[in-house]
Amino acid sequence: MKSKLLLAAGLTALLLTSGCANVKPWERGTLTDYTMQSGRDPIATAQFEHIWYSREEASGGRGVGGGGCGCN
Amino acid sequence: MITSLLKSLLKKIAVAALASGTLFTASAALKVGDSAPDFSGMKLEGALPDSLKGKVVILDFWASWCGPCAESFPVMDELQKKYQDQGLVILAVSVDEKPAKMETFLKKNLVSFTVVRDAGHQLVAAAEPQTMPTSYIIDREGKVRFLHNGFHGAATRKEYVDQIESLLKNTP
Repeated sequence: MKSKLLLAAGLTALLLTSGCANVKPWERGTLTDYTMQSGRDPIATAQFEHIWYSREEASGGRGVGGGGCGCN
Repeated sequence: MITSLLKSLLKKIAVAALASGTLFTASAALKVGDSAPDFSGMKLEGALPDSLKGKVVILDFWASWCGPCAESFPVMDELQKKYQDQGLVILAVSVDEKPAKMETFLKKNLVSFTVVRDAGHQLVAAAEPQTMPTSYIIDREGKVRFLHNGFHGAATRKEYVDQIESLLKNTP
């Protein structure tokens, strides 16, 4: 029983860790591509903002500071 | 029988995971005090300067997709022109995966210093810079003396000038 649990835990850990990728600062070219930006269409962004503001009484909070290029 | 086999397999996996973790954290990043990496044998696209021996070298890692890199180029160009007669060589190493992107960037940002592309990412993997751009200032004896993570406008420019002048004073 114990070994089965251990095996299950090991396999789960393997599954979880296989999804991790360590992107080095010099490999972030693809991540900074235009198509990777969430807010690349200003009209669509404005529409979403409007909907969220109307329904949730909230706006903004999109994206994070610093960007993904690993610069500075 | 099967459980003991599984146990030993899991043990091996755990040991391998620990070992790889240790290897990963024991990074060999280039730091102040280290000797400059040997470029010979590395796949660098573009012409390298004839000799870097006895020169003060700025080894700069950059990419076309990096904003601060574009800001740093005019400053490095100015420094190259100002100090090249005294023995400064700026070697900008692009880590771009697509050569065309680098070419487009260089057409917009004309510079007088040497630019090469680290096609196989061998040099950059040896130096392991933590940000883009990262520059290493190497003295005439081939030792890394200063390290700049990122480019912060006038503040970085001032540091460059002070550090380059201090290193250029030591004539070979």
